[in-house]
Amino acid sequence: MAKTGTELVKRGMAEMQKGGVIMDVVNAEQAKIAEAAGAVAVMALERVPSDIRAAGGVARMADPTVVEEVMNAVSIPVMAKCRIGHIVEARVLESMGVDYIDESEVLTPADDKFHINKREFTVPFVCGARDLGEALRRIAEGASMIRTKGEPGTGNIIEAVKHQRMMQAQIRKIQNMSEDELVAEAKNLGAPYELVLEIHRTGKLPVVNFAAGGVATPADAALMMELGSDGVFVGSGIFKSENPEKFARAIVQATTHYKDYKLIAELSKGLGTPMKGIELSTLREEERMAARGW
Amino acid sequence: MKIGILALQGAVREHQQMLEKLGAETVLIKKPEHLDGIEGLVVPGGESTTMGKLLREYDLLQPIKAMGEQGLPVFGTCAGMIVMAKRIQGADEPHLGLMDVEVNRNSFGRQVNSFETDLDIPAIGEQPFPAVFIRAPHVTEVGDSVEVLARYEDRVVAARQGRLLALSFHPELTGDDRLHRYFLDMVQERNS
Repeated sequence: MAKTGTELVKRGMAEMQKGGVIMDVVNAEQAKIAEAAGAVAVMALERVPSDIRAAGGVARMADPTVVEEVMNAVSIPVMAKCRIGHIVEARVLESMGVDYIDESEVLTPADDKFHINKREFTVPFVCGARDLGEALRRIAEGASMIRTKGEPGTGNIIEAVKHQRMMQAQIRKIQNMSEDELVAEAKNLGAPYELVLEIHRTGKLPVVNFAAGGVATPADAALMMELGSDGVFVGSGIFKSENPEKFARAIVQATTHYKDYKLIAELSKGLGTPMKGIELSTLREEERMAARGW
Repeated sequence: MKIGILALQGAVREHQQMLEKLGAETVLIKKPEHLDGIEGLVVPGGESTTMGKLLREYDLLQPIKAMGEQGLPVFGTCAGMIVMAKRIQGADEPHLGLMDVEVNRNSFGRQVNSFETDLDIPAIGEQPFPAVFIRAPHVTEVGDSVEVLARYEDRVVAARQGRLLALSFHPELTGDDRLHRYFLDMVQERNS
């Protein structure tokens, strides 16, 4: 008997994306550029995060027309975003056959208390996290893939670095604890004990962990790989740069060969201007997307 | 035994862990110079479009194709099956083009249709194999010298041609190592 939507099938899908780059796109043309550059998947959106920031107001699930246009344009998997806690947006995207849903802080949250119970869905979900507790809470809800939140749409890598380092340090700490200490640690993290125990035993998250939020250059992508990310999401960084084709190709290559610094030097030559970027201290507290979700 | 694993992206780590548990030495293939001295090659699951693109970009396509044509044992899972096939439905050109089969990509549908099932593979024993199909391809046509190892609902999902082994599913995601052992036996046969 064939079983669909199992934990293995949903987590396995993310395993197949490892070592790759997932790119935000807003139409068929961009999706084709991403696929030709070697992206492992695309995220179909109405606007990239930096434009969402600029537009203000409430950001919602993309118009299904955009998602369909992208699905018809490429053979690689297509992801799409729903608002945190918006069960119906997620069901709509699932019904359309998107391959992965990002329950994302880039959009305006729909629920101030609860994330979606992702176990109920056949389609897999990716969720953002700033630390291990947040990652494990999302996994407990059924997320099949985790990504750092970073600070989307800023082109500034500092938050993604902070989140990835935090998660890795917390994993190492649990690994080195005695089993007696794990219940207290689960309480500290606000995470289920069973998942903390699993990390104690395996030394890693039970799902794939990508970097996201602020990747703007090939060196940024390589840095996130160096810090232990399984792969990279690039949002505004590609199509807000001066030369998207070149940027996309260079970021893919830098992700595969993240320890080949001579190659990264070559890739970084004459790329043109990256997206402008935002210094984080100039963002007001309410403008920070990473603080959405809990 | 030194086995290369194509490491452009995808489920590289899982194959590596399984092969090392079985006593093989593994080397990750990202550049042509990594191919030196390998006795077998694994093309893992991942995105075939991406792998095909990067094989060309990193000058790996021709050297691997040549080694395969000279008899190097190659084991492809999911995307790996597509990368090995001589014919891909709806694509202008194949990638490695080593195995005399035609494949249909994502032939079971999109991710929501991905599934697990128990599969009969007589070549590795009576016990059914826990097979995980993720946006999986299947073989639509086989050449004369290709042996069909397993079918799922009348579709060919495992096949062997000489020292080439291709599967639609992901043995690297389960704990069952029988197909990896089967491949290492193929490598051993060539060496002896």
